Amino acid sequence: MQIAMTVNGEQVTRDAEPRVLLVHFIREVLGLTGTHTGCDTSNCGVCVVLMDGKPVKSCTVLAAMAAGHDVRTVEGLAKNGTLDPVQQGFMEEHGLQCGFCTPGMMLTARALLDSNPHPDDHQIREAISGQICRCTGYATIVRSVHWAANHAAEEVPG
Amino acid sequence: MTTLDEPPVPAGPVDERERNPAAAAEDRPIGFGRLQRKEDPRFVRGKGHYLDDITLPGMLHGAVLRSPVAHARLVSIDTTAAAAHPKVRAVITGKDLEPLNLAWAPTLSADVQAVLATDKVRFQGQEVAFVVAEDRYAARDALELIKVEYDVLPPVMDARKALDPGMPVIRDDLEGRTDNHIFDWEAGDSAATDAVFARADVVVSQDVVYPRVHPAPMETCGAIADYDPIDGKLTLYETTQAPHAHRTLYALVAGIPEHKIRVISPDIGGGFGNKVGIYPGYVCAVVGSIVTGKPVKWVEDRSENLMSTSFARDYLMRGEVAATSDGRILAVRTTVIADHGAFNATAQPTKYPAGFFHIFTGSYDLEAAHCKVTGVYTNKAPGGVAYACSFRVTEAVYLVERMVDVLAQKLAMDPAELRLKNFIRPEQFPYQNKTGWEYDSGEYETAMRLSMKIAGYDELRREQADKRARGELMGIGVSFFTETVGAGPRRHMDIVGLGMADGAEVRVHPTGKAVVRLSVQSQGQGHETTFAQIVAEELGIPPESIEVVHGDTDQTPFGLGTYGSRSTPVSGGAVALASRKVRDKARMIASVMLEARPDDLEWEKGRWFVRGDPEQGKTISEIALGAHGTLELPEGVDGNLDAEVTYDPPNLTFPFGAYICVVDIDPGTGVVKVRRFIAVDDCGTRINPMIIEGQVHGGLTDGVGMALMEFIGFDEDGNCLGGSFMDYLIPTSMEVPDWETGYTVTPSPHHPIGAKGIGESATVGSPPAIVNAIVDALQPMGVVHVDMPCTPARVWAAMQGRAQPPV
Repeated sequence: MQIAMTVNGEQVTRDAEPRVLLVHFIREVLGLTGTHTGCDTSNCGVCVVLMDGKPVKSCTVLAAMAAGHDVRTVEGLAKNGTLDPVQQGFMEEHGLQCGFCTPGMMLTARALLDSNPHPDDHQIREAISGQICRCTGYATIVRSVHWAANHAAEEVPG
Repeated sequence: MTTLDEPPVPAGPVDERERNPAAAAEDRPIGFGRLQRKEDPRFVRGKGHYLDDITLPGMLHGAVLRSPVAHARLVSIDTTAAAAHPKVRAVITGKDLEPLNLAWAPTLSADVQAVLATDKVRFQGQEVAFVVAEDRYAARDALELIKVEYDVLPPVMDARKALDPGMPVIRDDLEGRTDNHIFDWEAGDSAATDAVFARADVVVSQDVVYPRVHPAPMETCGAIADYDPIDGKLTLYETTQAPHAHRTLYALVAGIPEHKIRVISPDIGGGFGNKVGIYPGYVCAVVGSIVTGKPVKWVEDRSENLMSTSFARDYLMRGEVAATSDGRILAVRTTVIADHGAFNATAQPTKYPAGFFHIFTGSYDLEAAHCKVTGVYTNKAPGGVAYACSFRVTEAVYLVERMVDVLAQKLAMDPAELRLKNFIRPEQFPYQNKTGWEYDSGEYETAMRLSMKIAGYDELRREQADKRARGELMGIGVSFFTETVGAGPRRHMDIVGLGMADGAEVRVHPTGKAVVRLSVQSQGQGHETTFAQIVAEELGIPPESIEVVHGDTDQTPFGLGTYGSRSTPVSGGAVALASRKVRDKARMIASVMLEARPDDLEWEKGRWFVRGDPEQGKTISEIALGAHGTLELPEGVDGNLDAEVTYDPPNLTFPFGAYICVVDIDPGTGVVKVRRFIAVDDCGTRINPMIIEGQVHGGLTDGVGMALMEFIGFDEDGNCLGGSFMDYLIPTSMEVPDWETGYTVTPSPHHPIGAKGIGESATVGSPPAIVNAIVDALQPMGVVHVDMPCTPARVWAAMQGRAQPPV
């Protein structure tokens, strides 16, 4: 079937089986491999993307269900070569190690900051609580999001 | 204790963001110090290259059919319908592999493991058939079309009963096998230990289980095999922590000449030991590529990962401690049943079937010690060494630290005081323990007291007393660990006969930029940063001017890989020594350029200069250009600035740490909340404090997982009860506190830069602190021990004085 959606600001139309998951559509049909898969049961959240600005686990969404919606992946975080403060924050505060959960964590952080520009520790922890990181122990992710909140206006050259 | 650009013992919690003071003037460190990671820019952009991100032209997709039962005879496999699927290119069974001599493959422990089952299946999830199709959905569809008839046999699920007479023999494939016994292994002096126990004032004993858990990296395991039939070359992309060892093993197993095998390990989404072994799926991908003439990708799903790849632990231990009535620990002894699953596939040095478990003597000065470990087969997945355990140091530390607390409870002594009374003292190092280890260096009391200071230990005990008076359940747990990491030395340590030494190569280009080539592979530890920092420290070349090449056997020197916290102790030593060879060579070249004798030159970071005339000097960049230029070089000096070293460590390194955990337990539900966790680590010389802190945080989170929730359990029919993330629980941001870390620095005296390794310290040290805290909270109810994972149901049962239910 033909599936049309907006991905990172661009209108895309592709042919895919009705059963194809959004994560596989993004990775294999569109070739955007920054979104990962980790568990198949919607528990780990390494596949998180933003759909109409809200974090969704893209292994739990059929590509067909995303038709007509606005999808944003990690590749759409930087704008015109300028890193999002969230991306910069993760580098500054060592919010990543192996990098596998990082795209999903950063997108959730972006959605959180869009609705709550200065979250406290608990609000950050709650926001990322549906996603697993096996490397960092989360404290540095919390610091990374604070860094982004504190540098919201900064233009960081990419 | 000496320090290297580090403060002495810090007075309180350390701000890890402190920069190296030596580099503060330049606002960035040249060598050691906090430095942002070189690998991060690609990861934050979603531009990492993980295995499943790789697509080769014409690539096909593989999927594995797995056994639904734990123990059964294979009656028949009918692949007709699957083979007829329009998108299927090949269906492979064990019978197809037999003529290729690939139905069975050697394990890392001198056993064999079925690649695809031919006679029986021996655990739920075992590999039975492999489908190659045009896309991953079609490959999965075709699995459904394979018909397998099983004649189900009774499984052996309880390791304690595995050796009972009349139990089914799991490994009847092995000639003459009549039971499920794998090995007996002992360390220490049994008679001497028994004699100490016989005269001791106090003896305590406790059964302690370290349950089966799983490393569960966020990226599952996978491979892409690309066999070129024209030049006979196999390129194998793999999620492997040990690319060079894999290359040699494939040569031995598959009969492909080793120079025709290239193993590429791309970015790895976490390993923790899970990605050390060679799994049947990898071998199937190779066969699939040879059969179809196309590249074949196989990536397991999460259930396959949890149910079939290397688990960890599964040690059923009985610990005993002998002591004087005033709290002097005299001896420790233990007997262990080690559940190795259906195939003995642990990755261990040959001499040590129980790994380094004989470090169970801990951080204490003992008169005697003895352990006996018995390995058995069960109808569970194979593996056994994984999940950041430093070759069973995890089990050893958990046992001794739990037992010290059992003793403290018996003697009504404070657990911190009991430890302080028994530590090996600084002047006793190098310390020869009673099971054969030589501990390199330690300042245990300093670390313990720093941890207590950060925690506010006395204040915590007062708070606990107040809360106890009000009926609230607050616990304070202490653990102190000593690890033994950084294997070799090669004369004692090997993996299937390959000595555990590591090569490294440093090349300085004509313009003074450098490349360092490593045999080890990062799974998130930041090798591209820390190894550049080691070269920077030794040669004065800024880290951003140093390229780190790893994860490709065609481009890097041989070495055994990243596990057992060995990258920094072994490859770090290799890189430091290779850099020093470069520096020595630079001195010879500089002497020509400066028209001075080499002996008259002095080194400051990045530059050789004439002693007494500092203006007369040459930077490493200038020397590199000289080396590659037209300069007439001294006899025996080649026209380059390169060096290669294979480092065989003279001994292991012994990182240590003092951990304190504070828990609150809900008296109405048994739910444990880790309120605070204080970790003081000593990994010797610190290369990048930011990365060290990250390694510690991750390990502490592993500890919370294992202590409170992670568990690969089985029912009596052999069904795996931890086969998805719905059942195998991993801590989220809500279950862990904001970690409090501190450090001391006691360099390893035998290591080129004094570094000891940090990757597994916190995973090893934290579970006993958490369980000790839980038992401490429940002491007023007479609780002496709770087995992990301390789920609400088990804690609740312990509170009621009932047997703890299975998870």
